[in-house]
Amino acid sequence: MPDGVRLGWFTVLVLVVDSSTPAVTAALVEVTADAVVTRAHRCTVDARAHGELLAPQVDTVLADVDARPVDLTAIVVGLGPGPFTGLRVGLVTAATMGQVLDIPAYGVCSLDAIGHPAVTGAPVLAASDARRREIYWAVYGGAGERVVGPEVGMPTVAADRARELGATAAVGDGAHRYAEVLGLPLLAEPRYPDAHALAVLAAEKVRAGAASDPLTPLYLRRPDAVAATARKPVLP
Amino acid sequence: MADEPLILGIETSCDETGVGVVRGHTLLADALASSVDQHARFGGVVPEVASRAHLEAIVPTMQRALTEAGVTLVDVDAIAVTAGPGLAGALLVGVAAAKGYAVAAEKPVYGVNHLAAHVAVDTLEHGPLSEPAIALLVSGGHSSLLLVDDLARGVTPLGATIDDAAGEAFDKVARLLGLPFPGGPYIDREARAGDPAAIAFPRGLTAAKDLAAHRHDFSFSGLKTAVARWVEARQRAGEPVPVADVAASFQEAVCDVLVDKALDACRDRGVQTLVIGGGVAANSRLRAVAEQRAARHGIRIRVPRPGLCTDNGAMVAALGAHLVASGVAPSRLDLPADSAMPVTTVSV
Ligand SMILES: [Zn+2]
Repeated sequence: MPDGVRLGWFTVLVLVVDSSTPAVTAALVEVTADAVVTRAHRCTVDARAHGELLAPQVDTVLADVDARPVDLTAIVVGLGPGPFTGLRVGLVTAATMGQVLDIPAYGVCSLDAIGHPAVTGAPVLAASDARRREIYWAVYGGAGERVVGPEVGMPTVAADRARELGATAAVGDGAHRYAEVLGLPLLAEPRYPDAHALAVLAAEKVRAGAASDPLTPLYLRRPDAVAATARKPVLP
Repeated sequence: MADEPLILGIETSCDETGVGVVRGHTLLADALASSVDQHARFGGVVPEVASRAHLEAIVPTMQRALTEAGVTLVDVDAIAVTAGPGLAGALLVGVAAAKGYAVAAEKPVYGVNHLAAHVAVDTLEHGPLSEPAIALLVSGGHSSLLLVDDLARGVTPLGATIDDAAGEAFDKVARLLGLPFPGGPYIDREARAGDPAAIAFPRGLTAAKDLAAHRHDFSFSGLKTAVARWVEARQRAGEPVPVADVAASFQEAVCDVLVDKALDACRDRGVQTLVIGGGVAANSRLRAVAEQRAARHGIRIRVPRPGLCTDNGAMVAALGAHLVASGVAPSRLDLPADSAMPVTTVSV
């Protein structure tokens, strides 16, 4: 750990990326001994263009603060849950950039970056869209800690569980989509994983200079695949 | 030569995660991780399983390639990646990886066509390609005849399969004969002990009436069904299935059609060079038949060694090196993965 941490002048530049929802996010944050400050931020909502959008946005946030990739100290990435294809873009971006720059990459549950910043004392249900009429969801306690989840399933199941845990509100794009089914008051923000929150949740690891996390995506679903069955004969 | 461009190539269009390193026409490294074992019980490649495997494999495969080549990303002049055609989710992992490497190392990136890369890989073994050439690309995913006027800027498709890919037919016949997936190598091995003339299986799209509309196209669906009928008839009669003879006769039918159509395309276009690539080009009988018949027509056959015929990173790096040497501009950082990328587009 650098001595600067204790002296109070510790300041490092961290790249944050998330592609677990229709929002494609890249941000640069400064992590100091006692704060996390966003220096540049780009977010585009387009569920079909994660692969096109993320790398240019990373380039742009670096240019915004006149930094080069070698100025980065760490990378923070949302691990999902999220629909398979888009989710991998953020993870592979973090893993490859970390490899080139020889810096650690830390993974944070993307729902935490919706639920944690939304909590203001009472439990909250955070949800993102899982397609197929389902949501990815988790419930956060009064201090912003995840108490259940992440899980994938029907909105009604999530709502019942959230109410049992005393949730008084729902947050996130998945909550907006299924607001009627959930029947909980909606919080407007954050609708998608918040880059600043992702950095805050990984800040202790950044400050400690911890080793990289294994960047294993939170898929929560198995691949759609069926084992080969017996071949149908061609003769009548 | 140290002043030739040092190019990294990334391939993830199907079930192989490949990273290759070339300097000019010299292969320095060709690292590969395959998820083929994970697909075997499904009898074919499962796209989501392949995509997950690419994400896990890309960083270690890159590390092995760099170590093998004795270079670092700082030394590299450009990064090439397969942008299409292929499985959408699988391509996306490779394209996003290439961009991550390119952004972090501040290098240009080239999104390239997988089929053109199958042609370019031969330059690593046999030196610069003499253009124009005809290319026959056959694998589990593609069966194409191409006219290669200028490998850096555009390739003209002449024909393709109208149903199954050639490699797919090998997989299906292998399954019918109780051989493992992927079927190509097993059919090849069984066929060595069999008689290629034992059973007269059909040669798709070679009859005069078909040639008018499909002179340069292929069809393997009818052949596959004919083999199934023949085998089932034996089984119903309670007779043993002569696996070696079926394998040899089936393989002969495929090779006949592929080679005759490719040589016909050469004569039709007055072209002296035929390049063969793709996984099926690793088939020993195809290589032998092509050599024999091409010699009769004074046509030169170029087939890379089997390890370079199947999908790999070296082929992408080889095409990247050719693009750089030809002065083609790099791709933009927002280049998309295009699962249906036409072969007329060599790089995006
Ligand atoms: Zn291929």
